[in-house]
Amino acid sequence: MDNEPNIIAFCCHYCAFTAADLAGTMRQQYPPNLRIVRLPCSGKVDVNLILQAFVEGADGVMVAGCEIGSCHFIEGNKRAVKRVAYAKKLVEEAGVNPARLEMFHIAASQGPLFARTAHEFTEYIKKLDAEAAEVPLATAAVDGESA
Amino acid sequence: MIVAERKPFEEIYECVKRHRKVLLLGCGTCVTVCMAGGEKEVNVLANQLALAARDRGDDVEVMEHTITRQCDDEFFDEATMKKVAEVDAVVSMGCGVGVQFCAAKFGDTAIYPGLNTKFYGATLEQGVWAERCAGCGECVLGDFGGVCPVARCSKSLLNGPCGGSADGKCEVDPENVDCAWQLIYDRMERLGRLEELEENRPMKDWSTNRDGGPRTVTREDVKL
Amino acid sequence: MSEQKTLKSGSRLEKILTEGHFAVTGELGPPKSADVEIIKKKAGYLKGVVDAVNITDNQTAIVRMSSMAAGLFALQAGLEPVVQITCRDRNRLAIQADVLGAQACGLRNILCLSGDHQRFGNHPGSKNVFDMDSIQLINMLKRMRDDKVFACGDEIRNTKKQPVVEPRPFIGAAANPFGDPFAFRVIRLAKKVKAGADFIQTQCIYDMERFKRWMTEVVNRGLHEQVYILAGITPLKSVRMAEYMRDKVAGLSVPDGLIERLEKAENPREEGEKIAVEQIQEIREIPGIAGVHIMAIEAEKSVAGLAEKAGLLPRPA
Repeated sequence: MDNEPNIIAFCCHYCAFTAADLAGTMRQQYPPNLRIVRLPCSGKVDVNLILQAFVEGADGVMVAGCEIGSCHFIEGNKRAVKRVAYAKKLVEEAGVNPARLEMFHIAASQGPLFARTAHEFTEYIKKLDAEAAEVPLATAAVDGESA
Repeated sequence: MIVAERKPFEEIYECVKRHRKVLLLGCGTCVTVCMAGGEKEVNVLANQLALAARDRGDDVEVMEHTITRQCDDEFFDEATMKKVAEVDAVVSMGCGVGVQFCAAKFGDTAIYPGLNTKFYGATLEQGVWAERCAGCGECVLGDFGGVCPVARCSKSLLNGPCGGSADGKCEVDPENVDCAWQLIYDRMERLGRLEELEENRPMKDWSTNRDGGPRTVTREDVKL
Repeated sequence: MSEQKTLKSGSRLEKILTEGHFAVTGELGPPKSADVEIIKKKAGYLKGVVDAVNITDNQTAIVRMSSMAAGLFALQAGLEPVVQITCRDRNRLAIQADVLGAQACGLRNILCLSGDHQRFGNHPGSKNVFDMDSIQLINMLKRMRDDKVFACGDEIRNTKKQPVVEPRPFIGAAANPFGDPFAFRVIRLAKKVKAGADFIQTQCIYDMERFKRWMTEVVNRGLHEQVYILAGITPLKSVRMAEYMRDKVAGLSVPDGLIERLEKAENPREEGEKIAVEQIQEIREIPGIAGVHIMAIEAEKSVAGLAEKAGLLPRPA
């Protein structure tokens, strides 16, 4: 088993997805194990989509939308924030460290920020994986909670 | 509609883990509208159960299915019964009525409730539901301007507000609950019927309520 | 016709009010245990100081000795109890049974209340009853006394061959002039009078202006001629208590002026008593008031001093 985590990034078409594109154009590296799923708006993200990502093997899930106040659909990113908060509760109940799910706000022009965020989140998930490997299965989630 | 809320995950998991193969059965009526036990919520729970089973090393297979209504025989079609036959247990995501209807339908298959059934209520705004009817069996709404003192007054007072009404709110939960009697007063005032509230209402006959024992309604004319 | 026959219950409180004396009632909270000594001790503080004493019924939804049992001990200790009955804990069967028992025990005054919601007490998980409301309770007692029938219409007699022996309570009710909607407060009093209340004890009064407005409306409707109104007084013991009353008790307003006085006072307890004395004197001047109801819960000891200073002593025989 390789130790590279699977990261799913649900990205808004109008900001974070464009930022990811820009990062590529600017030759800013971001981890290859990050898989981007383009959404028309971060508000399209649904708790089921997030849960499904974890069920299908994701080690970390990013939801990236526009900065608050600049959503193309006015309030979509605010809804995404609420749904991510709810999804954190749901995954935690199911024994997944909620820190493996995070919401980010990245504007279309912020290619470098996207690259940096993707890198940091991936590293963070790697750290969580390493910690989880050290402790017995049953207590992993609990330790994660207090982290 | 009947308003319900998903049970805590652990409570459901404790039931599910006793079995190898479990069907989550959603209901497409009231509990879909109040976002507690419809197709989507069935999917959420299935995903949670899959994650938890993997995390804890339990061997549980979860299937999903949602029917239009769990409180009516005609919606338990062949496909549904076939799915039920394949599993060891069913978690009904219907209200308490649905759970019991399933229990009666599914014979020797174990059945568990996935929801806590709360009340007969209305949607105040998306994500907020509130109690409106207590099913007392003898509707008095016509006398109170369309606001129910039985269901909406914390003490079911029929002759006016208690001392715990302040600024239109009930002292039992001033954040969330309006004083029913303030609402009744305001409505009757608008309707020009305040003097009716000066009449003393006699004690209610609770025999039409659940106090009279479990109730049935029969219509001979429509029976087949 | 002898005077005895014109009285509804023959209780001392009824006699005092009927004779036109300014009545004084107190309050005695039963113990949160089976300790009878506490009742005897509290009764000692109140004997000769008040005309009758309310015995609370699981007040604030906290379990205490039953108001019937505690009332009986208070009676034995030489007080005249006003037994409180709430609609929260008992249905029409239980309440009527208790009313028969009260009569048999010589408990002559009964105060009818809806009851504080159990959410505020020490058993928030309990089921409430509210088979009836306080107004329906008043009327049930009146029908038991005057029509000699139970709520179901049956006569109050053991068998058809045995005599009718009905309970004869002096029926009390509460009034809260401070709750909302304000306009309904007098209507509610009128409904209680119509239901058969003989006397009224009000919620404790701090906002004298609002109380006077309410009383004006009461007098305009002529209700003071149909029912004896006893104004509620609870002496403030501290700034904290005043703030609690203002912030935590729904519908109760405590004017800032009173709180300021307590804050400035060297001895807030004495100042609170002084305020209460002034309130009693002011209330006596309000047309339509038949007495005061001093609620000094867990401060029964302080009532004698207050009554003395307010010129309420000695009490009529």
